[in-house]
Amino acid sequence: MEIILALSIGALAGSGIWLILRSRTYQVLIGLSLLSYAVNLFIFSMGRLRTDAPPILEKGVPNTLAHYTDPVPQALVLTAIVITFAMTALFLVVLLVARGLTRNDHVDGRES
Amino acid sequence: MISNESLLLAAIAIPFLGSLVAALLPTNARNLEAWLAGSVALAEIGIFSVLYPAITDGQVVRSEWAWMPTAGLNFVLRIDGLSWIFALLIAGIGGLVFLYARYYMSPQDPVPRFFSFLLAFMGSMLGIVFSGNLIQLVFFWELTSVFSFLLIAYWHHDASARSGARLALTITAAGGLCLFGGVLVLGEIVGSYDLDEVLASGVLIRSHDLYLPALVLILLGAFTKSAQFPFHVWLPRAMAAPTPVSAYLHSATMVKAGIFLLIRLWPVLSGTEAWLWLVATTGLITFVTGAYLAMFQNDLKGVLAYSTISHLGLTTLLLGMDAPLATVAAIFHVMNHATFKASLFMAAGVIDHETGTRDIRKLSGLYRYMPVTTALATVAAAAMAGVPLLNGFLSKEMFFAETIETHDGSLMDTLLPYFATVAAAFSVAYSLRFIRDVFFGPPPTNLPHEPHEPPHWMRFPIELLVVVCLLVGMFPNYTIGPFLNVAVASVLGATAPKFNLAIWHGFTLPFVMSIVAMAGGIAVYAFLKLYNFDNRRMPWPAVGELIPTDFVGATARSAMRWIGTRSLQPQLRSVVCFAFVAGLAPLVGRTLFPETLQLTKIDAAFALVWIIGVVCALATAYQAKFHRLAALIFMSGAGIATFLTFIYLSAPDLALTQLLVEVVTTVLILLGLRWLPKRDERLLKTDSSMLMRRYVDLTIAMVVGTGLAMLAFAVMTRPAPQYNLAEFFLHRSYAEGGGRNVVNVILVDFRGFDTLGEITVLCIVALVVFALLRRFRPSPESIGSPEQKRIQEAFDVDHPDRRPGETIADYLLIPSVIMRLLFPVIGTLGIYLFLRGHDLPGGGFVAGLTLAIAIILQYMGGGAAWVEDRIRVFPLRWMAVGFAFALAGGGIALAFGYPFLTAFAYDLHLPVVGSLHLSTVLLFDLGVLAIVLGATVLIIIALAHQSIRTHRKPKAAAAEEAT
Repeated sequence: MEIILALSIGALAGSGIWLILRSRTYQVLIGLSLLSYAVNLFIFSMGRLRTDAPPILEKGVPNTLAHYTDPVPQALVLTAIVITFAMTALFLVVLLVARGLTRNDHVDGRES
Repeated sequence: MISNESLLLAAIAIPFLGSLVAALLPTNARNLEAWLAGSVALAEIGIFSVLYPAITDGQVVRSEWAWMPTAGLNFVLRIDGLSWIFALLIAGIGGLVFLYARYYMSPQDPVPRFFSFLLAFMGSMLGIVFSGNLIQLVFFWELTSVFSFLLIAYWHHDASARSGARLALTITAAGGLCLFGGVLVLGEIVGSYDLDEVLASGVLIRSHDLYLPALVLILLGAFTKSAQFPFHVWLPRAMAAPTPVSAYLHSATMVKAGIFLLIRLWPVLSGTEAWLWLVATTGLITFVTGAYLAMFQNDLKGVLAYSTISHLGLTTLLLGMDAPLATVAAIFHVMNHATFKASLFMAAGVIDHETGTRDIRKLSGLYRYMPVTTALATVAAAAMAGVPLLNGFLSKEMFFAETIETHDGSLMDTLLPYFATVAAAFSVAYSLRFIRDVFFGPPPTNLPHEPHEPPHWMRFPIELLVVVCLLVGMFPNYTIGPFLNVAVASVLGATAPKFNLAIWHGFTLPFVMSIVAMAGGIAVYAFLKLYNFDNRRMPWPAVGELIPTDFVGATARSAMRWIGTRSLQPQLRSVVCFAFVAGLAPLVGRTLFPETLQLTKIDAAFALVWIIGVVCALATAYQAKFHRLAALIFMSGAGIATFLTFIYLSAPDLALTQLLVEVVTTVLILLGLRWLPKRDERLLKTDSSMLMRRYVDLTIAMVVGTGLAMLAFAVMTRPAPQYNLAEFFLHRSYAEGGGRNVVNVILVDFRGFDTLGEITVLCIVALVVFALLRRFRPSPESIGSPEQKRIQEAFDVDHPDRRPGETIADYLLIPSVIMRLLFPVIGTLGIYLFLRGHDLPGGGFVAGLTLAIAIILQYMGGGAAWVEDRIRVFPLRWMAVGFAFALAGGGIALAFGYPFLTAFAYDLHLPVVGSLHLSTVLLFDLGVLAIVLGATVLIIIALAHQSIRTHRKPKAAAAEEAT
């Protein structure tokens, strides 16, 4: 499991970095989304991989890490997901407005 | 009776308050401004005269306020003899300059800014001399640099004023940083920043290992401020300032701040080889070069600027001689120089004002037009040259007497009297030139204005200062004597020497030196006149002239060219590389992987999910340039794989959020695609440099991706650290937060403040998006209907049995019916997810997104107009209400004296319904819901509305299309 998730994080991050280094604004937008998947999964994986142990407390089960997965990385990632949406929305609108003003979609606002 | 302590505070506060008031007066209120500023100066002088009796016997008046008690820092104001005499200078010259400025500034100049800065400068300068704490002194020191910058650049439409201001700020502020460093070292040595404690630790400081670094840093601060060679270059450039500023800041007060500091710290820093060599040598070089260069200036203010540099050098030299009597002479000369130099600057300003030029070559014979000004300037210039019966003569005699004294018997010591005489001769020469070339000789030709005497009150400050020059020069013991005694006693204490301010000491060696200098000066002037030095280029030591006009700006620009770029790609590339190196650095020299890997069994379904996920990610990267829709679909594929991972690995809340965000993001980007340009075939062409860049980027992407994969693997395969944070939340979630869904409890209760910050960010983003789109100007080629819509409309036109628009209306007919039917279902689901959120997966974020999707689906199915006819969509209000709820949910605790966001819970037992758990957290979570709902809907529909808006084409583009 670990090796699969690690390779997936690597592939997502690599694809994302490749895209944010490109010259079209849309590529950068998509690249940032891929990169945020990778980063969110990376942070999430810091709590180690556990199946069937969601941090939803059940009656009669001791409230320890032995029975539940670590909730802290999850709380961090949850807000990160929502903020990523906000960032994507803002960047999308900025790139649309920039395209209207510059009449091109190069990240520098002008074709080099 | 007001205490001396509060008077001291008032002395600092009044100028700053005055500055505030001055800034608020009307633009053309020259009289009012001058009255205000003048009253401030008079009030200051009044305060000082009340304080004077308290300090005459070498006492110190101190008042202290706790500032940063934890760091052992207090805000200390103290006044002693030295501070008093400097303060009098600052307020006295200040008052005269304010009066002068009333007539100097033209009605077109925005005077509130001018007087406001001048008053604030006065306050900062008084702050320096009254500071009883070294850190506080540095603060006021930097403040004077800032106001000097603002005042030099007062006429900011003038490029030379701007560049002069920049140069002055760069040099003096850099020096201020050095001073700050020096003060910190000094505080480290003494163990306190309190001035009185520092002054009591002279022996400790001088014998400490850190003495030399402290000395060098403090001297750098003093020398830059007081324009000592080679830092003097900023002062001539600062002459672009209005003349009142030059008279006040750049001759009388601010440039004396460095001298003040040297005198202030003289008792503890002087008396060593290093002090003698550094201070005396710098002073001597500045003294001689300044005087030499002043002879070659053709600008009246240029002469005065270099002369100021020379006199500052003289004062520094006196302080460097390390003799008590020399220090007396230094304090005396500071006062004398301020009086004659300020009056000369004002006279230069009068000439500039009344003739329209300051060029000595154009001016001539002005005594015919302005006899009184001529007389005043002549007396002041004579004081500058050191002519007997004037104040400049007295301090110059004391200086000569000190140069003759043997100090250490070195070569420099032996040659000192000769250097002093030569430089004094130069100063006679430039003073003579200042008077003879400007006021005497043939009548002027081609002057911009017909010259005449200035208004009486403009001349009054000059008259007063010249009278002071004469009185001090003739009756020193009855005028400056007592004050000088008090000032000297405060610096030298018990070692204060007896000194005699008599004007006639007999036919002594210093007097002979004066005579020689006088004769030599006349000879030098005659010689230079003979060789027509007016039109010579500046001689070699004029390093200041070698500096290009806009040195600082040009340096900054060329630095930007080298280290900066307007291009995003290199910037992002360096960010990525830097982040990689920063992540790698802590790993160097450690084993990345543990010896025993903690692995869980591989699940075939999970592997399959990520095979697809990775293929999607790579395909996204490959297709994002030309196939945007395909890239979006592939990206969603990777998103779904992430969502499945969260479900599988025990993170139901994350999974829900990820899925919903995925939906909303996809809709959002789909709406945006319409405004992006069509595929441009020219972009397919590649050249070798582009290929090169791609290989580099591909390498970076692969290396960083691999690195992150290895790091993730290394962490995941280690045993989880036994840390308390997770246990903390697991233990207390139900006991204290009253919820079983630990993630939700963390978000809305334990870390509620973070969440409040996050929803605020969400609100801001939504508002920014809304604002950006309100005035959205799409690219002209994107304004027309999309191709698909045009085909559909053409189809309707071609078929007589169809009405226009029918195809579009029928489009997605069945899905749109389903979407409409789903609205109440999804709405109910959203409310359910919200209500159960505290105990089961769900909560405000998830519920808000769900409700947003319910509304967005209606937009997709029915179109914006259809939806807005039927549902009231007010996302801005929802956000506002949500924010109010979130604040109220957190604020209730405040009313009961608990910290913000403390949760209150109450279990209500109702018949039939059963137990109901009510909590302020629910109110907070409701706020989160409303904000997430409002922000998401606002963003999406703001973008959706662009398609049904009519966009005007920019005129240029329309014209282009027409041709």
